[in-house]
Amino acid sequence: MNGLSNRKLLFVLGPVTGLVMFGAVLVIATFLTNREYTQPYRAPAAVVDTTPRAAGLEAERTAAEATARATPYVEAEYRAFPVVGSRVAIWAVAQLHLLFAAFVLAVPIFAVLIEAIGYKTGDKRYDRLAYEFTKLLSVSFSLTATFGAALTFMLIILYPKFTNYMMSVFSPTFLPYVGLFFAEAFFLYTYYYGWGKFHPLVHLALGIGLNIVGTAIMFIANAWLTFMMSPNGISDAGALISVWEAIYNFTWMPINVHRVIANVAFGGSVAAAYAAFKFLQATTDEERAHYDWMGYIGNFVAIIAFLPLPFAGYWLAKEIYAYSQTLGLTMMGGAFSWLFIIQAVLIGNLFLGANYYLWLGMGRVKGAQPVQKFVKYLLIAIAICFMVWATPRSIIATVAEIRSMGGSSHPILGFLGVMSAKNTAVNILILTTYMSFLLYRRTGKTATVAWAKTGHTAQLLIFASAAIFVIFLGVYGYFVEASVRIGLSVPQVSAVLFAMVAITAIDYFLYRRPKMTADVRWGHMPAISQYVLIFIAVTFTWLMGLMGYVRSGLRQHWHVYGVIRDTSPDAFTPTLGFATQVVSVTVLAFFLLIGFVFWLASLHDLPDFDQRSSHPHERSS
Amino acid sequence: MNIPVVLAVAAVFTFLRFRRANLLVWAGAWWVGLYVIFRFGFSAPIPASVVSLYMGIVSIAILAYVSSSEQRREEISGPLIRFMTDKRYTALLGATVVAIPALAAANVYVQMNVPLEPPLFPRTVHPASPTEITVHDKKIDLDAGENPFLELAVSHPEEFRKHVENGRRVYYQNCVFCHGDNMTANGMFVHGLDPIPTNFADQGAISILRDTYLFWRISKGGPGLPEEAAPWDTAMPAWEKFLTEEEIWDTILFLYEFTGQKPRAREEVHTQ
Repeated sequence: MNGLSNRKLLFVLGPVTGLVMFGAVLVIATFLTNREYTQPYRAPAAVVDTTPRAAGLEAERTAAEATARATPYVEAEYRAFPVVGSRVAIWAVAQLHLLFAAFVLAVPIFAVLIEAIGYKTGDKRYDRLAYEFTKLLSVSFSLTATFGAALTFMLIILYPKFTNYMMSVFSPTFLPYVGLFFAEAFFLYTYYYGWGKFHPLVHLALGIGLNIVGTAIMFIANAWLTFMMSPNGISDAGALISVWEAIYNFTWMPINVHRVIANVAFGGSVAAAYAAFKFLQATTDEERAHYDWMGYIGNFVAIIAFLPLPFAGYWLAKEIYAYSQTLGLTMMGGAFSWLFIIQAVLIGNLFLGANYYLWLGMGRVKGAQPVQKFVKYLLIAIAICFMVWATPRSIIATVAEIRSMGGSSHPILGFLGVMSAKNTAVNILILTTYMSFLLYRRTGKTATVAWAKTGHTAQLLIFASAAIFVIFLGVYGYFVEASVRIGLSVPQVSAVLFAMVAITAIDYFLYRRPKMTADVRWGHMPAISQYVLIFIAVTFTWLMGLMGYVRSGLRQHWHVYGVIRDTSPDAFTPTLGFATQVVSVTVLAFFLLIGFVFWLASLHDLPDFDQRSSHPHERSS
Repeated sequence: MNIPVVLAVAAVFTFLRFRRANLLVWAGAWWVGLYVIFRFGFSAPIPASVVSLYMGIVSIAILAYVSSSEQRREEISGPLIRFMTDKRYTALLGATVVAIPALAAANVYVQMNVPLEPPLFPRTVHPASPTEITVHDKKIDLDAGENPFLELAVSHPEEFRKHVENGRRVYYQNCVFCHGDNMTANGMFVHGLDPIPTNFADQGAISILRDTYLFWRISKGGPGLPEEAAPWDTAMPAWEKFLTEEEIWDTILFLYEFTGQKPRAREEVHTQ
């Protein structure tokens, strides 16, 4: 019924869109025609005096040529990109390259894992799922390479001096990079086209090779960009002393770790968005069931990778602060601090979206009411943590509001603006999301082991202890100096990780052979759940663009921090509003392109043209 | 907290509990109740920007809850559908249709009908410092440096006390008029200042900064603020014109000692 109304909607919307577009073309054409330049009336040539225009033009050309010949060759420092300027052009292309690269690196990680599960369990569904994920790779790989080439050329053209400097430091890494890129192409295409053609173990080995090579490529590229932020291995004048030290600079490893995890989260979410796209298009229950399951797995991958991401980000921020107080303050207290409020809002929405999807997923199982009653408590915890995380330290307030607060910081909310509160909030958010997953997992199941009651009590005790411990350390953080407070984040994270591992271990044995009270009805999901998956993917992408801008923008008027100064007209930090606009347009461009990738991937399932034209009725039915 | 407001909201919630209100009423009650608490429940009012942020989160959370299961979706949509289709409610529906734009118009009126205020300049509380400054012809490294007298606390406690006492003298001769007796930004000049001075007793102020940062702010004052700290209208003088380098460092020692805080330690970057 749903599919039928979707098709009806398409039938209606198609002609309407066509008419609107036709109208728009007509209006534009009329507008342009009306503005067409027409020659004004001139007197016949015989009565018009000859003007010296032609001679003047010739003289101008000769003078320009003579000047060009007399000018000695000077190496350009910068060249301008038309209309939007060099910075925005490089920014957008680098961002698009990175987004596709992240996707191409991430998908093989979980595709191989899913394929391995399929091989181990013998369940063909996993193999099909892994293949479906991999189908998205080949076009994405081409787009990554295209944007990579565009980025390289644009750097050479627009920022020749800076690019020369980077080459002088990192030239030994370029050839290995190219070699690895070839290897990546070899592994990727053999992995994709060789699906089902080799022994499963050989195929898995190809997938592992693809992952190793892809990660190595990313590590090399990370060395370049982290060097720009925290240069190392060079003299005071910028001359290279050690390539290895330049690679292994202060922020290299934190970025490597952060990006591997973030790529998986991002890749999982985009793959889930693909599944949602297919689910909404599906016309049969079987298709809906398959894509519902695919979306669930993609989202599961994204959320599992997302949970440790704040800690990896925290480590990176700590290293940046340790490298330079100026960079640290610019990031967290200065010009970029408001972007972290936007970040908090986006991440809060991601957590809420992820939990919401799990709660909706409980509806796949009949009789989920006993579990559903916990939703309100989880939601209250999430909303409170979300508010704490989003509370700004520098509150935007009118003069009257500041005076009534007694200062620029609120006497109560001021406590929520600092790191102790934020760390506590994110840890509780992670615990809560984990609990949502646990509740989802046991929907429709009853533990049958003799120690079920003890097991549940133990799980509850571990969860409560971890939450109390995290909150205690958060409050304790207000009474100790900054360096101790920063150190408290480690036991907080450890408590959360311990709780998750311990509860999972108990749960594994508790529900090893459960009594099933109802079956999971894959495909039995409201359409809104699929839009949540798309929302999560868009939010992830937006977040990556935004935080990438923070990391890159921190250098402010430096190409290489403290070494190569930016002397171009763009050597200023744009306003946050402008930055968010550029990021938004780039994200939009990415989704248009990834939509193209989705469409290409879906062509794979269509019957050949000949078959379609010879059996037109079959298709329409 | 404004206790009567909180109690009033709690009383309404208790009443709804006894009346066994349906989900739609509860959703509305939570939204309005939380708005009332955020807006009027705090003795120091929460700025409108934060209330908007919180209510955005509350709205999303309530929407998520009421649509999180089939049963809840039916519970919430049932009364709405009845309201829009049942003939008994036609008059009320008409009134609602009129009320929505009327409320929007009223909101515009309320938003516009505000007393005139100076324009708002959002500002960064802790603008980033330069890596190096020059004070009295001496270069001070703000990233790698630290208070030269801090180590005396362990090696020569007597000497350290003298520096702290000197800092106390400097503070009460120069800083007290704005930053106040107890450093809570309530000095006698404070009512004439916008922005008001930093409250050193605040946990989120000097304890999260390194002492070199304070040295920069004290020595260069408002005139030395970087571009990002617009609109540069702080009244903080550039104290390097009146104090010696040692006096500034001593004052910093005193600030931390008096407030019972410690400067953020210089973190070591990872060893390679």
